[in-house]
This record gives sequence, structure tokens and C-alpha cells, in this order.
Amino acid sequence: MAQNQTSPATKRISTYLMMIVLIVIALSIVSLILAANAYLIGDGLTAGFLAIIGLIAMTMSIFTLYQSRRQAVQMKIEMPKVMTTIECKKCGSKTVREYQRGDYVYKELDACPKCPDTKQIITAIYKEVKEKEKTYNV
Amino acid sequence: MSLIPGSGAITRILSLAIALPVSTNQLGGSSDWTTYLSLISYLFFIVLIFYGQRIQMYVMIREVENSLHKLKYIKEEGRKNAIDAIKEIGKPTTDPSARVDRYLEYFTISPQNMDPAGIVYKLDHILDVRDTRLKDEVKLMAPSSDEVQVNNLENTLEAAMALNFIYKVVRHYYIQGKKTLSLYVIMQIQMILPMIMKEAEAYASALKAFAYGQPIGDGAGALVAAKLMHGYELRKLPKDCVMATVQIEGRTAIIIKAEGPGGNVGKPGDAVEAVIEENEGKIANVIMIDAGLKLEGELVGEVAEGIGAAIGGPGVDQYKIEEKLTKYHIPINAVIIKEDIGDAVSPMRKEINDSVDKVIERVKAVILERTKEGDKIIIVGVGNSIGVGQ
Repeated sequence: MAQNQTSPATKRISTYLMMIVLIVIALSIVSLILAANAYLIGDGLTAGFLAIIGLIAMTMSIFTLYQSRRQAVQMKIEMPKVMTTIECKKCGSKTVREYQRGDYVYKELDACPKCPDTKQIITAIYKEVKEKEKTYNV
Repeated sequence: MSLIPGSGAITRILSLAIALPVSTNQLGGSSDWTTYLSLISYLFFIVLIFYGQRIQMYVMIREVENSLHKLKYIKEEGRKNAIDAIKEIGKPTTDPSARVDRYLEYFTISPQNMDPAGIVYKLDHILDVRDTRLKDEVKLMAPSSDEVQVNNLENTLEAAMALNFIYKVVRHYYIQGKKTLSLYVIMQIQMILPMIMKEAEAYASALKAFAYGQPIGDGAGALVAAKLMHGYELRKLPKDCVMATVQIEGRTAIIIKAEGPGGNVGKPGDAVEAVIEENEGKIANVIMIDAGLKLEGELVGEVAEGIGAAIGGPGVDQYKIEEKLTKYHIPINAVIIKEDIGDAVSPMRKEINDSVDKVIERVKAVILERTKEGDKIIIVGVGNSIGVGQ
């Protein structure tokens, strides 16, 4: 069953945002060039000042671009893996397999391989979530 | 030459921010660039002073627009999934797309409440008509489906309907915000957007669960009831509910749940009413088990105990149960399994499934503490029975 497939990501980064980011990147490059220039003529303080401005602006714009790209990538519906637990009430054997269409809790299945006179039943259907949930110390 | 006096390093750095065009004249050939850079910085500052709020609004509109694109994608996927499920299960002879589109636009008008007397039964009637109408539509769309599949397809279409509605409401506020350029119109939707997106994502993941008939988090109460009644003789109750009489700790427990494994919540209000009347009100206690909304910080699958009719929905069933309990002075206890809205409509999480045994222990404790041996009690497992037999 293909329920774990994810739908293709729909990419869409706003042109407006892209334009702003590109302008800021251009300004930061100018600032870095000026910083290099200032350093070459021996004005270390001005060079440092311009370099800091340039680096901060560049970092912020790249971060904004990365954030919006991540948002675009997240645009997909993730289907979790669902598992079915099958038990034999007589011998207590338990098997877990991937969910199949038509499974439901307390559905009777084929006879148990160990006890041919007892039918196995589905006792649980669940998904396991590996959550990266933030914990707050409060 | 710098116009700024003072020789200290701090003074010099501070002064650079103000006198950048002049001080960087010392850079020779790059002085023009420096002047432009400073002018742009000043311009930026002035624009922010006068147009800060407008820029903030554009940022908000952009944020809503991004979410709207995501919602549109989810809604389209929902529609596609619903159509695929109908084609696969129902084997229709014609393309069901047009009928599905019509279904997604269905609405229900709640009864007039100027004179609220008797409104519960009016609402009950409207909901019954709606349910019958929607089921008939599904049967027309998917003629080869059996009763269980009709229920599952109806749930799938309802999830697609919810996604369609969410998309349209967000789009409404977005367009209105753009038209009026009012910060407050756009702010209303922007502030609740994270919650809306969470709900939409939950419905999106519910679509597949409904189409495949997998148990969902909301079915936690039904699962507990199923575990208690499994193997006992079953009897049908109105409407779409089943009951079994089970001996627990020396008491006679009447277990009620919506009939599974199709997607169905039944009408536990009618079922409890019928059982109480059958027993002429001689019921020592009613225990209701349901999924309850958790607060942030609480764990999924946590079990809590309280008093009152634990049942959601439009309130008709809660009203009916409370009416009967008051008439016969029957005490009511509730046990809930905590989960968030996303967990409630998506495939059941392991934590919720594992909490079933804890709930049964808690129910047994309530029975021992609150009733005497030989008493008759009612245990109601509330929730959607999709993927849960009995």
C-alpha cells in the first residue's frame, strides 16, 4: 500500500520577497567591497564598521531566503505509517504488520499458525509518531 | 576630513553612523558609492517611519497569501483523494467529480434562536435530514459501496468539505484585507493562522484515514467500549449504536458505542435515553468515555477523570443525556483521553491506543468507589467508530 508516499512539494517563493532579498544582498556586497577598500587605504575602523553592516545584512537575507525555501518544501501532506497488531487469544502470539485496507479492530482473520482451531484477531491499529516536539521547562 | 570631533574609539564608531558620507570621502574613488549607501540607509529609515505600518500589513498579507497557497494545495489534494476513493470503492459509471464539487459546497442552516424553546429538537431534526441527505448523495456517487464504505466515504467527503470551507474563509479575509488595505482585517486572520493551518493539516491527514477506514484519535472512547464489549452478545440501539451487557466487578454494565467499523458517531443521546427508559431510570451511575482536547504541555494519551456528560458535537446528545439524568437523578462521571485536534482526526496514535487499558482501570475504580455490588450502570464510549469493530 502506498500510503507513506508524500505528495510532491509545491515550490513557491514570492517574487516580492525575492526582490527585497536580492536588493539587500546587493547592498551588503557593496558594503563589503567598500570595507575592503577602506582596509586597503588603512582606515581599519571604517573597514570594520562597513564589514559588520555587510555581513549582518547578508546573513539576514540568506536566512530569510532559507526560511521561505523551507516553508515551500514543507508544503506537502505527509502520510504516517500505520501498523496493525494481530493476536491469537489462545497462544498469545502477537504480530505487527503494516496496515492493509479492510483492517479494523476486532476483525477476525485466518487461523493462528500455532493453533489451527483459533482465529487471530486484530487488537490494535495505530500510527507511531516520532515527534521532535520542543520541551519547555515549565 | 571628518566633521566629527573627539578622538575616542567609541565616539568615532558612533559618529561613523551619522557622518558616514563625509568620513568615507577619505576612501577616494568609492566616495560616490558610500554616499549612495548612506542615502539609501536614510531613505530606508524615513520610509519606515512613515510607512512602517503599511509595510507590516504587506508582510502580513504575504504571510496569509503563502498559507492560502498551502491551503489551496491541501484542499485540491483533499478533493482529489475523495474522488479517487469514490472511484476506487464505489465503481461509479459516470465521473463523480461534478457531484463531489456540489457536495463540497453543501451548507446547513441552524434553526432560528430568537425563541430558543425547543431549539434542541429542531437542530436534531435538521442534523438528521442533513445526515440522510449526505448519505444518499454518497450512495448515488458510489453505487457499489456497502454500508461501512458509505460511512467511510461520507467521512472522507466531510473532511474534504471542511478543507474547502477553511480555504474559502481564509481567502475571504485575504481578499477583503487587500481590498480595504485595513491592518485590522488582515490581522484577524494572520493571528489565528497557525491554529488554522494545524487544523487543515489534520484534516488532510484524516482524508486518507477515512478513505482507508483506519481508526482515528477521536475513536478512543469507542475503542475502550469495544474492548469492554468484545465477545459479548450485541444489540442494536437507536441511532447507529450498539450495546452489550457485561459483568464488571459484580455490577451489570451496559456498554454503549457507535456501530463500527464504518465511520459513524451514532447518536449516543438517543441510545442512553432508550436504555434509561428501558430500565425505568434504575441506573446507579453513567460513565462516559471520550477523547478530550489537551492543552499545550499536556501529554497525548493522558487520562483524566471528572463529572458531566463527556460528549462533543452540536450539543444535542449532551442535552438529551442531561435531561434523562436529571429526570431520574442519576449521577454521571466522565473519563477523557487527552489529545489535540490534529490527533483527533488523524490515524490513532500509539499513545492513545496504549491508554485504553489505563482508562479501563480508571473506569473500574470509579465503579468500585461510586456503586454497590448488584447495581446497574451504563458505560458509554463516545467517538467515531471508524476502524473499530465490536
